[in-house]
Amino acid sequence: MNLHPALIAFFIIALAILSAAISFLTLRKVIYMALAIGAVFIGCAAVYILLGAPFVGIAQVLIYAGAITILIMFAIMLTNHEEMEPPFRWTLRNGASAVFCVLLAAALLWIIRSQAWPAQGGTDINRGRSNPAAIGLELFQHYTVAFELVSLLLVVALVGAVMLAQARKEDE
Amino acid sequence: MDNPVVSVPTGSLLGLAAILFCIGLYGALTKRNLIMVLISLELMLNAVNINLVTFSRLGVAPSLDGQVFALFVITVAAAEIAVGLALVLAAFRLRKSTEVKDLNTEKY
Repeated sequence: MNLHPALIAFFIIALAILSAAISFLTLRKVIYMALAIGAVFIGCAAVYILLGAPFVGIAQVLIYAGAITILIMFAIMLTNHEEMEPPFRWTLRNGASAVFCVLLAAALLWIIRSQAWPAQGGTDINRGRSNPAAIGLELFQHYTVAFELVSLLLVVALVGAVMLAQARKEDE
Repeated sequence: MDNPVVSVPTGSLLGLAAILFCIGLYGALTKRNLIMVLISLELMLNAVNINLVTFSRLGVAPSLDGQVFALFVITVAAAEIAVGLALVLAAFRLRKSTEVKDLNTEKY
């Protein structure tokens, strides 16, 4: 088994992602959980860049690690930020959820393992251009309607979020 | 960077995404804080994105479709988390709590 540098990098990144995700589950202060989730997002961006999708990776850093993590921090600070998750106990709900998730993970991993996956690479999916240019062409040539719909969705979500979060008159 | 021959095996990538998805699912089912439930959903969407970017190089005609889908998922997730956090803030103003168990008055 030859250890390609990209393979070593992938395993280090995967270890970092999974340890951050586990610490998200086990940490008890909500603000530390938000930091752990930021680490997961940055790790995912590293995976995308490793897979030859630098545009998606940079978008992930900008949107997830930048905007969404900060938004979550704001929401935690605006609500009760001293809050602690209670220590773990084996209630029926926790136990059933854990068993179900472990079973699902085992089934998925078994299916993935029993499948022969073709090797990646070979064809140039960017068709000779740089990755951002190729994605831009793809977006505006084949996915124009979807792109415009998504921008409409973003406007609606923006207005809706402002409407929902503003203080109502009868509360005052 | 133009055409890297990716030497990471597909099975490992899919395995990472599967484990990440299950961690997110467990978090969404068991976390007490509403914001943490929303974050768990984001974790699951991230796992799906890893799968999409992985699959974008496979198939009979490898293309950029997977990466474009991943971008759309990121955008919709951003819209979702914005509306979700606004809802959490509105609920917090009403109930003075962000715990999931305090928001079940519609249940009975």
